[in-house]
Amino acid sequence: MSEPNTDETTRGTGVSRRRAITLAGAGVAGVAGVAVGAGALLGGGDQASATETAAGAVPFHGEHQAGITTPAQDRLHFVAFDVITKDRARLVALLQEWTAAAARMTAGKDAGLIGAVGGVPEAPPDDTGEALGLPPSQLTITVGFGPTLFRDAQGRDRFGIADKRPAALADLPHFAGDALKPELSGGDICVQACANDPQVAVHAIRNLARIGMGVVSVRWSQLGFGRTSSTSRGQATPRNLFGFKDGTANLKAEDADLLREQLWAQPGDGPAWMAGGSYLVTRKIRMLIETWDRSPLAEQEMIVGRTKGSGAPLGKRAEFDEPDFAVKGDDGELVIAETAHVRLAHPDQNDGARLLRRGYNFVDGSDGLGRLDAGLFFIAYQRDPRKQFVPIQTRLARNDAMNEYLRHMSSGLFACPPGVRDAGDWWGRALFS
Amino acid sequence: MRTTRFVVPAAAGVLAVAGLAGCGGGDDSDAKADGPIAVKATDSACEVGATEIVAGQVTFKVTNSGSKVNEFYVYAAGDRVMGEVENIAPGLSRELRVELPAGTYETACKPGMSGRGIRGALKVSGTAATVAPDAALGQATASYQRYVQSQTAALLTKTEEFVAAVKANDVARAKDLYPVARTYWERIEPVAESFGDLDPKIDGREEVVEEGMPFTGFHRIEKDLWTTGDVSKDGAIADQLLVDVKAIVAKANAEKLTPLQLANGAKALLDEVASGKITGEEERYSHTDLWDFNANLEGSKAAIAALRPALEQRSPDLVKQLDTEFANVEAMLGKHRAGDGWKLHTQLSKTELKELSDSINALAEPISKVAAVVAR
Repeated sequence: MSEPNTDETTRGTGVSRRRAITLAGAGVAGVAGVAVGAGALLGGGDQASATETAAGAVPFHGEHQAGITTPAQDRLHFVAFDVITKDRARLVALLQEWTAAAARMTAGKDAGLIGAVGGVPEAPPDDTGEALGLPPSQLTITVGFGPTLFRDAQGRDRFGIADKRPAALADLPHFAGDALKPELSGGDICVQACANDPQVAVHAIRNLARIGMGVVSVRWSQLGFGRTSSTSRGQATPRNLFGFKDGTANLKAEDADLLREQLWAQPGDGPAWMAGGSYLVTRKIRMLIETWDRSPLAEQEMIVGRTKGSGAPLGKRAEFDEPDFAVKGDDGELVIAETAHVRLAHPDQNDGARLLRRGYNFVDGSDGLGRLDAGLFFIAYQRDPRKQFVPIQTRLARNDAMNEYLRHMSSGLFACPPGVRDAGDWWGRALFS
Repeated sequence: MRTTRFVVPAAAGVLAVAGLAGCGGGDDSDAKADGPIAVKATDSACEVGATEIVAGQVTFKVTNSGSKVNEFYVYAAGDRVMGEVENIAPGLSRELRVELPAGTYETACKPGMSGRGIRGALKVSGTAATVAPDAALGQATASYQRYVQSQTAALLTKTEEFVAAVKANDVARAKDLYPVARTYWERIEPVAESFGDLDPKIDGREEVVEEGMPFTGFHRIEKDLWTTGDVSKDGAIADQLLVDVKAIVAKANAEKLTPLQLANGAKALLDEVASGKITGEEERYSHTDLWDFNANLEGSKAAIAALRPALEQRSPDLVKQLDTEFANVEAMLGKHRAGDGWKLHTQLSKTELKELSDSINALAEPISKVAAVVAR
């Protein structure tokens, strides 16, 4: 394992994808920090990335990791790794090498210093090459550490960090109806790559997996498309595969006070290394598409608690109107049913608990019975899952009318450390120092 | 069986070897040892008559008084084979002649032809000239040629026995011999495969045989042995297998691989494991894939060992990494020993196969860097 090259000025020795674009005459559109995306008007958030174009670069260094409040990109490649070495020094060296590679790739450069085509003919290239000529595409690479990195199934302290495991990283309980597959769940380290070009996201994960050979092994991975949440007011609320707008009441990048209260681990919450970080819960939720599609519109809207067209709460006119959970219809029944998804998930019904969701649709082909193997890859960031995801999901799992059409297949829980500050910093430095 | 061929870059000629040192044979050195050193090999011991000797040409006389077939090796650091005799049947003696410069070595008997063997130290003293970098590379070709010759000799013998068993319709014996004969094939597969026309006849799998070409060779007989258990009609196929193996042995023995070819061969053998053996595709009827896995691994290690003196001079860190990862794969694979052989592919769980796959990946990545080190 080589030391990460921390000298910004020497990184361009490989072919810079961004530079290649510029040379090719694409002009300023490919250059970070120049073009301003339409509609990306900010209310004073700290994420300068929201002003990038879809092709531009999102800054890698910062107080928090990119890929959380960054306006949700269109594509996802998510991977969970098992750490297969027992050697702490090798794991640390990998985290350093990964950080350097991630900094390069998010800037639109090759994964390695030599690059996909710059090396000697006898050696395999240190970048796999499929992103050559592509712009950064707002690639973000976000890393998290799972409970099993701290202690294995036998309770052993694997890397001398067991005493630094945050209490908030408590194993999730079994929720009613869970049909989790262990081989698709958990993992010691996760990497979330989001980009506006699927090839750029896949390139990032593929190269990190390759760099990690011998230290980590891919446990499971998931491709996603069509973001199902907006994480910024500049973004329209997208639709999930049920055809409904999803994430209307999501935490958004502009809500600075709420983000402090609900998203970022604060000093004093737990171990110091997590201050400025966030806890990630992933759930692969299969949707029973065909049976859903056969259900009447009124039933679908009753299950969700919103109209399918505008996304307005039932009984209201516009998407962002606050739902009224008390109002009853002419028939004396609650307009938003006791079992409606929006009621059970709403902060007002959960002691104010909120999540920052940035999940993606998935279609993994079909299932052999002629049905789409499809659904939602749910991704939620939060300050403390014990106070946020766990109580919310407990209520949903018990009562949500939507459960008839859902199967939870996989579950993941990760502590995502704060941002990499500068070229001398690396993922997990405070945890392993 | 693999689909890609050895890459032989045009520039490889630059690295081809001239004036090899240590080719063995003929050189009447002053430091020559007196008389053969006796080695008494049994199923549980390996007594070497002398453990401190003088540099030069050395002869070992290995007598197998055990009940298992034995092998005898002289290893330099990193298990680089300086010389070996394979296939010493119980009750027989064989001689090994080997040129040993001053240094520290290990001797090993391998009763049952498996595992690390019963090791002993061997100290060779005398004048030891430091090998210049280019000469170190030059020795690689000769060193690997010795290895190929030892393997082809055993391949021929074991194929003869296998063919005899098939023709005698002795299904049980043929099944026992099948993975053993293939071990010698799989160890030097990249060399054998450089002869494109013979490889599919000897080692072609059913799905890669082209239209109009008969399905012959090891895998055809494998299919008959393990599916119908009837090889009574396979006499001609068995005869042809032996003819083809003889042809390839003659060609392989004459082949001198450049250091760059050795580096690529070491990697190619691991690619074989990753793509054909982990998946159970290679031995789909006998499920003896782990035998091939082990043989590919040994062959890869032998190629790296031949390059070792040069690699130690050019990239000692890479050598360390390779040693670690080879040891790791060996430990992972070692869990699946069964007697003197290996468990069947079908006896391994998905988790166990993934563990093996991870360890091969961990080794293959640093091995993929060897070629560039050799070429610079």
